[in-house]
Amino acid sequence: MKEIRAEQITQVVRDLCIEANCHLPGDIKTAISQCRACEPFPIAQTVLGKIEENFTIADQDNVPICQDTGLACVFLEIGQDVHIEGNLKDAVDEGVRRGYTEGYLRKSCVGDPIERVNTKDNSPAVLYCDVIEGDQLKITVAPKGFGSENMSQIKMLKPSDGLQGVKDFILKVVEDAGPNPCPPIVVGVGIGGTFDKAALLAKKALMRPVDQRSEKPFYAELEQELLEKINGLGIGPQGFGGKTTALAVNIETLPTHIAGLPCAVNINCHVTRHKSAVL
Amino acid sequence: MEKKITSPLSEAEARALHCGDNVLISGVIYTGRDAAHKRLVDLLKEGKELPIDVKDAIIYYVGPAPAQPGQVIGSAGPTTSYRMDAYAPALLDLGLRGMIGKGKRSPEVIASMVKNKAVYFGAIGGAGALLAKCIKKAEVIAYDDLGAEAIRRLEVENLPAVVIIDSEGNNLYETGRQDYLSMGK
Ligand code: SF4
Repeated sequence: MKEIRAEQITQVVRDLCIEANCHLPGDIKTAISQCRACEPFPIAQTVLGKIEENFTIADQDNVPICQDTGLACVFLEIGQDVHIEGNLKDAVDEGVRRGYTEGYLRKSCVGDPIERVNTKDNSPAVLYCDVIEGDQLKITVAPKGFGSENMSQIKMLKPSDGLQGVKDFILKVVEDAGPNPCPPIVVGVGIGGTFDKAALLAKKALMRPVDQRSEKPFYAELEQELLEKINGLGIGPQGFGGKTTALAVNIETLPTHIAGLPCAVNINCHVTRHKSAVL
Repeated sequence: MEKKITSPLSEAEARALHCGDNVLISGVIYTGRDAAHKRLVDLLKEGKELPIDVKDAIIYYVGPAPAQPGQVIGSAGPTTSYRMDAYAPALLDLGLRGMIGKGKRSPEVIASMVKNKAVYFGAIGGAGALLAKCIKKAEVIAYDDLGAEAIRRLEVENLPAVVIIDSEGNNLYETGRQDYLSMGK
């Protein structure tokens, strides 16, 4: 049994909030640069160049890549041989509070969806906990901007809709979103499970590196096919036209009910942020 | 090639801008997003005076990140504009000349822009660190209680933007895509 103190978790969450918001993951940076090199449309090249310039400034100056520093989505993978001393949820929320306050990040959380009063410290986190084997605690902070979150959709497809239904739905979501989610986007897809689980899978799909295809060959091929179709839509960076509409399509799947085919599409922008640490 | 423009922007200057033009904006602009727009339009409904003069003004749809020590303002890229669509026509009728944001606008906003000869600019969504460098002065002038959503008076220098919808209603989100898709055909 390993002991982890709540205070340690607070400190790590604090640091990850700041790191994730100021430094884009390497795979996203590389993908943007590669896309710029293959982008045939002039205005799209210019936009991608500015996006590169932006993440370079953020890296150098330690400032947020984007002013929408998101809702703080926090994913914990808790080893079953870990004992946490203190209140876990409070520890995570306190980490978010400190990270967003001490890191000069924007506080974008309202305490109630109808009353809409800002909580002023970006807490609480959107918290997910998975129990895994072992005696380690993995903490991932993935700040989620809402320009792209608002363009996400879920559909309870019928089994008879099949693969074609899934493809059509994903393309429709990207088409509906158009310029709004700050393309080039990352498309997270969750297929199967239940209504809620499909959405969670789609969100988790966004944390897989964009240069890593699905482990399942069928879905790896589907990811590639959909990426090509999406990049044939012509939306382009910022919707000004061009090839680079998406950097990747990441699909995760789960077993589901004989009567169902849930399909969730979580759109993320070119500022697809996540940072992890292991305790 | 970029066109340099200065805000406030006259009707004649607005009419000279065309969909797809790259511009560098300098001068004084105001920030405003969801909550501030709601308050402005509520004031208009009550027949009260607005805290800013919107005639020939440009409003930037942005909720900046807080400034770090030594910074004028934190990262400050555009927010998605359609959430302001319900409020924009009332301000355009008062002479608002430009809006800076990102994403699609409603047919009502576009019709009002054509009627009032206004321009919709797109700044690069997600380029908040880069865009903040073009802001030389920032001061909250209304609704301080709204935090990031307060109305700020900004002095900007060469803020890069693209004309998405011009005063005749031409829309880069349609033409850009068509141009790309017909390339090489
Ligand atoms: S969608 Fe992403 S890049 Fe665009 S404003 Fe929101 S967080 Fe920033």
